[in-house]
Amino acid sequence: MFARIIPMVIKEFLQLRRDKAARFLLVVPPILQMLLFGYAATFEVYHVSTAVLDLDHSQESRDLIARFTSNGRFNVMKLARSQRGIDKAIDSSEATVAIVVHAGFAELLRKGQGAPLQVIVDGTNSNTALIALGYINTIAAGFAQDYVTDLMQRVGQETRPLQVTLEQWPWFNPDLNGRWFFVPGVIGTLTLVLIVNLTAFAIVREREVGTLEQIMVSPIRPAEFILGKTVPFFLVGLGEVALVVAVGLLWFRIPFVGNPFVLLFGTALFLLSSLAVGLLISTVCSTQQQAFSTNFFILSPFFILSGFAFPIASMPQVLQWFTFVNPLRYYLVVIRATLLKGVGIDVLWPDFVAMAILALLLLTLSILRFRKTLE
Amino acid sequence: MTAPVAADAQVDAQVVVENLVKRFGDFVAVDHASFRIGHGEIMGFLGPNGAGKSTIIRILCGLLRPSAGRVSVAGIDVARDPELVRQRIGYMSQKFSLYRDLTVEENLRFFGGIYRVPRGELAERMRFAIDMAGLGGREKTLVGTLAGGWQQRLALGCAVLHRPPILFLDEPTSGVEPKSRRRFWDLIHALAADGVTVLVSTHYMDEAEYCHRAALINQGRIIATGSPDALKHTALGGELLLIECEALGPALAALRQQAPGVIDASVFGNAIHVLVRDADRGIDELPAYLERRALPPIRIERINPSLEDVFVQLIAADAAKRRQAA
Repeated sequence: MFARIIPMVIKEFLQLRRDKAARFLLVVPPILQMLLFGYAATFEVYHVSTAVLDLDHSQESRDLIARFTSNGRFNVMKLARSQRGIDKAIDSSEATVAIVVHAGFAELLRKGQGAPLQVIVDGTNSNTALIALGYINTIAAGFAQDYVTDLMQRVGQETRPLQVTLEQWPWFNPDLNGRWFFVPGVIGTLTLVLIVNLTAFAIVREREVGTLEQIMVSPIRPAEFILGKTVPFFLVGLGEVALVVAVGLLWFRIPFVGNPFVLLFGTALFLLSSLAVGLLISTVCSTQQQAFSTNFFILSPFFILSGFAFPIASMPQVLQWFTFVNPLRYYLVVIRATLLKGVGIDVLWPDFVAMAILALLLLTLSILRFRKTLE
Repeated sequence: MTAPVAADAQVDAQVVVENLVKRFGDFVAVDHASFRIGHGEIMGFLGPNGAGKSTIIRILCGLLRPSAGRVSVAGIDVARDPELVRQRIGYMSQKFSLYRDLTVEENLRFFGGIYRVPRGELAERMRFAIDMAGLGGREKTLVGTLAGGWQQRLALGCAVLHRPPILFLDEPTSGVEPKSRRRFWDLIHALAADGVTVLVSTHYMDEAEYCHRAALINQGRIIATGSPDALKHTALGGELLLIECEALGPALAALRQQAPGVIDASVFGNAIHVLVRDADRGIDELPAYLERRALPPIRIERINPSLEDVFVQLIAADAAKRRQAA
């Protein structure tokens, strides 16, 4: 039935072996990108450039400011001497955050009243701004707590003020290390981009070179041709995933607490569905230029609407529906869950089923789209 | 089988085309073409680039769908069962279409696999193709590095790997040096001698001499079909004289005006080819006619028409007929 797949697979591997550029592109850029993106993709906020204006010049104000300068989250770039200096620092993006301690800050504290602290944040990047505000809140609250405790001790009051303390113990990632979240995402995204790019040109190139015409007049069946293109890229994809996962585990020290076979199974389904996307592009396009543009058009939404960075649950309903046809969406769940949580198929089966359906649907579509005519 | 093919004169016609029309939008690429090719026959398609030769061949291979008309290959309706047809044909496209990044051997093995040449036969068939192409000792050479003539012969070898009874060759000798072209035609003849039916297109007029029959194609229409000899002697509708003259232009004009017995005249190189109703009468009367106009001929003689003469003449006649119809 499918006897012609074997010569197709042999041919594809021979061509790959001869293609020095492709061999390089399959190994070096994925490792480099993995290293780069592993560091770059993070929501954590460090070294926020900060400007400070102290109009109180009290021991209290100096103490508070010291808590910012000594904290790795903030980089105090500028000690302003007037409100104008603060405005300039924010306008010119010299500082993202400005902290102003107004005159009378210490006096209000000593009276036991609440003392306002002015914070100006450049909200252009709302995410950084929100996170920075959170840190500022924590620092200010810590300062207030210490001040009150200190005051009470000095006044000689024995009874401590009532406190509610939060005992944090986040599961699966106790240190809330952002890299643990992002590196698996980078693995999935890199694999998707690589596989779709590889397969999208697989048929178009033969069409452009003219070899496809020779294939078309042969008695090969569309299914044999498409599957003959699928198998080699599937094997190449498995190698790719092994490579980038190795970088994630060995270099970024991402834990792998789950079952490797669950990940392998999920990866297989993910590869099949992604290369089906590429092959479909390749059967629809008539030139490599078209395939290139189509790739770009398809891959960007796949990336944004995958849950790589932006939670799918927060997206408008319509976009959430779109994510259902996105193989990356399911794979990110699978790879994060197997690496970090160690859950099995009993939990992940809906994602497995979804990827299997996508792969089947898209491959069938490619086979139906592949016509053995030039029209 | 009740197909009308059996009732026809050419009982063993391997290719039957009747009233074939192919339109691309408003453009008519093939205009009511009809022809047959018999078993073991070499049929040549002659015509300028864009005449519709490739389109007809692609339709015969099932690569393009006809807009109208009937096409059958090896007794199979191409529109109905293109896959069955594909098992019986070998095809060489106009553009070289083997894998340049595979070796001679790898290409042959790949196409052998695609055509499901039985394992036991494959080695022998590959040997045959390699010997035929004269590529012995170069089995491990990348095809992309071979010279044009070798590439074309290898492509032919690939096309016959599965022993197809019918071969469609689309301009197989274009861009190949004359010596290699000659050798390629020898291969075609050897295959035809084994009973393979061959349809081969070319824009080299001289190559038509190698065909059993040739069809002249212009603007999508088959304007003449016949053996090279028949085309030269009957398709012209007259006999051909060669006249050499000092002033070619005025002489051509004079011959086209009211010269006795002249059907048409055209310039060929530094002489004029004159189509006359009767060659002997032309040789008698035309020198006097030209001398009266102060255009004495240097030389006048009867010549055997080349296919190029026939083709030029037929295209002109066809154009005139169309103008009249319009």
